[in-house]
Amino acid sequence: MIDAELWALFLNATLVNNFVLAYFLGICPFLGVSARLESAGRMGLAVTFVMLVASICAFAINRLLGMIGAEYLSLISYIVVIASAVQLVEMFVRKTSPALFKTLGIFLPLITTNCAILAVALFQTRREYGLLEGLVFAFGAGMGFTLALVLMAGIRERLRLVDVPDMAQGMAITLVLAGILSLAFMGFAGIGVAT
Amino acid sequence: MSDSATVSERENGLQRFRAGLWRENPILIQALGMCPTLAVSNTAINALTMSLATASVLLASAIVISTLRGIIPPQVRLACFVLVIATFVTLTDMLIEAFALDLHRALGAFLPLIVVNCMILSRIEIMASRQPASVAALDALGMGGGFMIGLITLGSLREVLGRGTLLDARVMPADFEPWQVMQLPGGGFFTLAALVIGFYLFDRRWRRQEVGA
Repeated sequence: MIDAELWALFLNATLVNNFVLAYFLGICPFLGVSARLESAGRMGLAVTFVMLVASICAFAINRLLGMIGAEYLSLISYIVVIASAVQLVEMFVRKTSPALFKTLGIFLPLITTNCAILAVALFQTRREYGLLEGLVFAFGAGMGFTLALVLMAGIRERLRLVDVPDMAQGMAITLVLAGILSLAFMGFAGIGVAT
Repeated sequence: MSDSATVSERENGLQRFRAGLWRENPILIQALGMCPTLAVSNTAINALTMSLATASVLLASAIVISTLRGIIPPQVRLACFVLVIATFVTLTDMLIEAFALDLHRALGAFLPLIVVNCMILSRIEIMASRQPASVAALDALGMGGGFMIGLITLGSLREVLGRGTLLDARVMPADFEPWQVMQLPGGGFFTLAALVIGFYLFDRRWRRQEVGA
């Protein structure tokens, strides 16, 4: 029973309410890093990892702030803690895989201002998820983000061989693609309700 | 000498103000700060509230940070910026909750997300942390204004086509069949793409006329 609920939560965050395509979260990296398939996959994994960290942090912060009765500080604390967590991840990646560090480039520090990360913390608080539910939700959201990013990168790699009208070059064509992807993801809407 | 400095400062500020409204419009040209805002652009009133909140946070934090720019050590500047922004976002969130509870419910978790709006952080980093308060404030006003123009246009279009209403008042004829797709997230992407293309065409024609004249 519990397993089924968690599974539904995961599917819901990944497919039905995909962070990028249904909530417009994390659009900046979505438009920025999605030009190449390889970097898109890595970016997605980095984001997923930071989301998991953020989920745990948010859970701990909520407990702590709840104890001292200072819930109004939650937004500020999330930001600071998540930013430090990203800093740690950045140092870790630079040490262990310089090539990956180079690929991700400017986008790794920018993960901090990735709305998707903060959104995981905020949604989790607002929907009153426990630690396990929060982790599953964060993982699902990260996987959904990766999926959208990789799909987009695949399409954009193909798009380079196509003659795009002058006026739609760059952002406009990417937005149209995102719109089509988003419509396609609407097809998953039936899954979430079934449970 | 101080006179000439103030004149150039004012001119610079005005120039920044105009650039934000049109040439460097944050939504239509720079594609910045769309993440938390697009999600609530399905009706004009949501777009208005959200962009107004974003613009006021930007203005307030630009003034504060530009005033403090001599004190903030460069190594930890990003953390300081984010702290100031987060403070103002929390304030705005509480204000909206106090005065417009229904809107606050409709916007939900997206209001606190203003804090990670890349547009705000980029303006703070590029302008407010380097320029005097007057220039930074005008730049923030221009950028905020441009942001509002872009977002309100988007929200109005989506509401008119998707529901046949504008600010909850019926504007389309009674037999108008609402385009469901405009209310879906996909419609948001399409509308924005159409706006970007329209802006590009309009701007190109305008530039040509300028060159011709």
